[in-house]
Order: sequence, then structure tokens, then C-alpha cells
Amino acid sequence: MIRFDYLLKKVLFAIITLSIVVVFNFFLFRILPGDPVKLLFRNPRLTKQVQETIRVQFGLDKPVWINSERLQAGDLAGIFDSQFGAYISNLVQGNLGVSFAQRNSVNKILSERVGRTVLLVFTGEFFAILIGMAVGMVAAWRRGTWADAAALLIGLTTWALPTFFLGIILLVLARGFLPTSGMVEPGLAKEGTLTYWLDVGRHLILPTITLAVGSASAYMLIMRSSVAEVLAEDYILTAKAKGLTTVQILRDHALKNAMLPMITIIALNLSYVVGGAIQVETVFSWPGIGRLVFDSVAKQDYPVLQGAFLLLAVSVILANLITDILYSVLDPRIKAS
Amino acid sequence: MITALKEFLTRPAAIIGTFMLGIVLVAAIFGPSLAPFDPYARIRVDPSDLFAPPDNVHLLGRDDAGKDIWSQLIYGARVSLVVGFAASLVSMGIGTTVGLVAGYYGGRVGNLLMRLVDFLMVVPDLPLMLVIIAVWGRGLFNIILVIGLLGWTYTARLVRSQTLSIKERQYILRARSIGASNQRIILRHILPQVLPLIVAQSVLDISASILAESSLSFLGLGDPNLISWGSMLNFAMDRGAVSRQAWWFLLPPGFAILWVTLSLILIGNSLEETVNPRTRSHHLFDARRMVSLILPVPQPAQPPSSAPQPIQDIK
Repeated sequence: MIRFDYLLKKVLFAIITLSIVVVFNFFLFRILPGDPVKLLFRNPRLTKQVQETIRVQFGLDKPVWINSERLQAGDLAGIFDSQFGAYISNLVQGNLGVSFAQRNSVNKILSERVGRTVLLVFTGEFFAILIGMAVGMVAAWRRGTWADAAALLIGLTTWALPTFFLGIILLVLARGFLPTSGMVEPGLAKEGTLTYWLDVGRHLILPTITLAVGSASAYMLIMRSSVAEVLAEDYILTAKAKGLTTVQILRDHALKNAMLPMITIIALNLSYVVGGAIQVETVFSWPGIGRLVFDSVAKQDYPVLQGAFLLLAVSVILANLITDILYSVLDPRIKAS
Repeated sequence: MITALKEFLTRPAAIIGTFMLGIVLVAAIFGPSLAPFDPYARIRVDPSDLFAPPDNVHLLGRDDAGKDIWSQLIYGARVSLVVGFAASLVSMGIGTTVGLVAGYYGGRVGNLLMRLVDFLMVVPDLPLMLVIIAVWGRGLFNIILVIGLLGWTYTARLVRSQTLSIKERQYILRARSIGASNQRIILRHILPQVLPLIVAQSVLDISASILAESSLSFLGLGDPNLISWGSMLNFAMDRGAVSRQAWWFLLPPGFAILWVTLSLILIGNSLEETVNPRTRSHHLFDARRMVSLILPVPQPAQPPSSAPQPIQDIK
């Protein structure tokens, strides 16, 4: 049994964090210089009729936070008959507004792209974790040797390297060998066919390497220290005395115990990975959420920017919650009540 | 102090880091007199000057507008260092105050402050900076403020954990028994103990701030009136330096960023090893910009808080 109060605390924290992000998101885009409401919703590309619909939908003729008139009239249910209330109710219904730059709803734009970013981040993180843990473990096991020194040197350098610059270096080096821009060769094959996915795979190589190297160095440095610490424990000596081989000790004793700190760091690192994804997608024109953020900044497409930020923040917060729950399942010390 | 400095200077990483940072400092301070050309000046260009490769006059070639890249590189050092130092000064101030208050007074206020830290650690930094700068405007002051206001969480956690252990020591009890006020205890007895670690952390913070500034500038959110390494790369990518194979436009700004962040990481880690012998064996235990290790080793009796506890507290 997972401890109930532990879980409750985690879920509560996630809910509070989400609420703050939602309120902040509302607030931030209403302190825009100029007339924020006009800027946000008077999109010259839209017809008068559509503008009017949006105006009513988002309650722009109403007060910003609280409807004090209805409060004074004693109508408690009407307090949130305001822009904030409309924002929340739209959000709950999944309505994030309409883009300035494209004739499309923010929902549609985001849902088109979110899968591509998920694909990139998952492949990148998969390799980062694999490489980081493997190299970190070898470095800890061979501590003080040239292998350790080389791993440390490379780790520190890639750690200090800005993600977007690593992308640029790979872009310059791999030009001609590998596709450097986009997700698929246009007009090559129909979506869903094998040729299509193979081409996506080819386009995925450079962005994945860029994203993976940045995270892998952090994982490597942490894995190295935590395995080194585990290897100094008495039970490792016991295992050795029992006649277990080095591989057995590393795999069954060191790896398992070093896993827990790794999980925490992977979760903490997620917010950094999201930032990395924006840079990588920008460099390689990967048509995901990150590239969308970059384009929206340039076009001052505030509704899209607002929606994309909300999506990224919610994903990271939920991923952290899942890790916390996973952690409590994996660590028997939390399970026992 | 002097012995610490001597010990610091016996470390090869410290010497290399200081040397590397020194070069950038010289470039930042004496930039205008060192640079052969003024990158801010209007110049007459010939079509053959655009993307011109390196030659004897223009050591690193010229950019898409025919301007000297070597000079831009020297001028860019100033922006990076100003943003780095100023932003980390802001986060040092906030982080130290929050950490001291949360650690010394604890209780409800302390708890609330640490939840705020947890909150900031969970929300993705770069997207948050992006939306704030996109809305506030791209001025240098805004950039410094945003990086500083979002970058103090590790300092706060470090200071808090140190304060928690220091305040239990005998001499704090003695100071209190002779009537020292809370304020005096914090400022005279606790702060001086934590200060060396704060300095080490701040050096790492500078490198993180410089990285943040270059990322923002690269994404097109740098100060439009200033030349920084990130914005140079933004221009290079935007104006097709890749298809022109203009490596002299693409590589130098990136290596400059790497140079300065690496130098600060080397200095920060060496400083930290010097002033905090207890973390000597695991100074690299951390996620980005953490000085001392923040790893959860949950006690059997209690579940870990969402903020993993620093190792010093557990031992």
C-alpha cells in the first residue's frame, strides 16, 4: 500500500501549482502594453462577426477579475461573471482562443503539433538516460582512471554547451549526409506508410542527438556520484566477499540503489528538457510546440503563445506528479506505513 | 580567507578557469579599444563584403551586413558578463534572504517559502522567461530582472539547509543566552558561515544566467539595440549562414559562450570544493547550477518531501 497522505500531499501540490500557472497565464497576457484586450482579441484577419463572437465568449465586455456589481446585488453566483470567469470556463471546456497569425483555433494548432514534440522529447530522453547511466556507472566503477577523467571532461564540456549551439555544430557538420530541417521530405510518401516513417526517423537523428547530449551529461554526472557512493557501502563489500562477479554487483546492487536519485533528477531535469526542445526545434525547424513558440514570439501571436506555455507547464507538472507516485512505488521505505 | 584563496589557487581547474574568465573580462572592460572596428557604426559595404571569409584585416570574416565578426565578438562579451553578473546578483539577494528566513524562522512562513521554491523548480524556466519577455519587451533590464527573479531557487535551498544545521550549534545558543537578537544572530553568526558557499553558488549562477541570456537572444528575444553572442547566432541562422557555409559566422559566438560558461563552472566547482570540505567527494552530484548535492535519501520514518534534502543534513 502506498501511503495515502503522501499521495494526497503530492496531488494537492500539483493542483495548487497548476492553479497558480493558470492564474499567472491569465494575468500576464492582460498586462500587455497598450490595450491588452484589444491586442488580444481584435484580430484584423477575422470578420466583425467572428470578433463579436470571441468578445462574448471571453466576456470582454465584463470586469477583469470580479463582478462587483453582482456581488453588491447579493448575487453570489455572479461574482465570477467576469473575464477571469470566462477564461476559466473556456479553459475547462478546452477552448484556448483563436490564433492571430493563422486562421485557426489555438487548440487545433497545438493538437496538430504536440505529438511531434512528444516524439522528439521521448526519443531524446530515452537515449540520454541510457547513455548517461551507462557512462556514469562505468566512470564511477573506474573512478580515478583515464576513462573516468575522459567521461568527466566530456560531461563538463557538454554541460556548459548551450543546446542550440550544439545543434548548430551538428547542422554544419552533417549537412549533405542527413536531413537538417523539418520532419519529413514534402511529397515523398503518404502519411502512415513505412517510407514516411523511415523518413521521419532520418529527420529525427540530429535533433535527437542534440537533445540527448545535453541531458545525458547531467545524468552522467549524477549517476557517477551516486554509484560511487553506493560502491563505498558495506553491502558491496559483502557482495564481493560472497564471490559475486563485478557485473553482478554493478547490475544487482549498485544500479538498483542508484536508480532512486536518478528518478528524482530526471523529473527535475524535465523543465530543462522542455527549454532544450524549444531550442532544438528552432535550429532544426522541427514542426512541434517548440518551433511554434519561436514562431509565435516573432509574430507576436499571443493567444498561441499563451496556449503553448500552458501546455508545456501542465505537462511538466503532471510528469513530476507521476514521478513522485512512481518513486513511492519503487521505494519500499515510503510504502511501509 | 587567505589560506582558502591559496588552496583555491592550487587547483588546476581553478587556475584554468580564472585564466579563461580573465580573458573575457579584459575583452568586456577594454572592448572598444581592443576591437579593430566599431560594430555599432554605420559602414559602407560592397556586395563582396557580405559573408566575406576571414582575411588579414577581418580575422574572423564578416557577417551578412559586411561587419567584422571579431569586433562583434569582443563587444558581445560585455553584454554576456553584465547580464550574468547582474542577474546572479539579483538571485543571490533573493535566494540568501529566502534561505535565511526559511531556515532560521521555519514555521509557516518558512514552509510557504519552500513551497514557492518547489513551484519555481517545477515550472519550466525557458518557456516562462520567453512569455514574460515577449510580453514585457526585450530590454536589457527586463532580461536581467527575469533571469534573476527565476534563478534563485538553488541558492535558497542551499542557504536554508546550511542555516538549519548552523542554528543548532552551541555558539548560537550562547549568543542567544546573552541576549543577541534574531537579526544579530542571523547577520553576525550565521551569514558569515554560509557566505563562502553562497559565493561559490553565485559563480555557477552567473554561468547559468549567461546561458539563459544567450538562449533568449538566440530565440530572438535579446535586447534589439545590443550585440550579444546569442543574437549573433540568431542573425546567422536567420540570414542563411548555414547554406552559405559561413562557419566563421556560426562557430565563434557559440564557442565564446562555451568558453565563458565553462570557465565559470570550473571556478565555481573549485571554490565550492575549497570552502566546503564536506561535499568534496561529491561536488558534481547535482543538476544544473546546484553547488552541493541535492539528493533524496529518505529516512525510513518519513516520506521525502517533494524537495529532496541536501546530503549534509542527512549525514
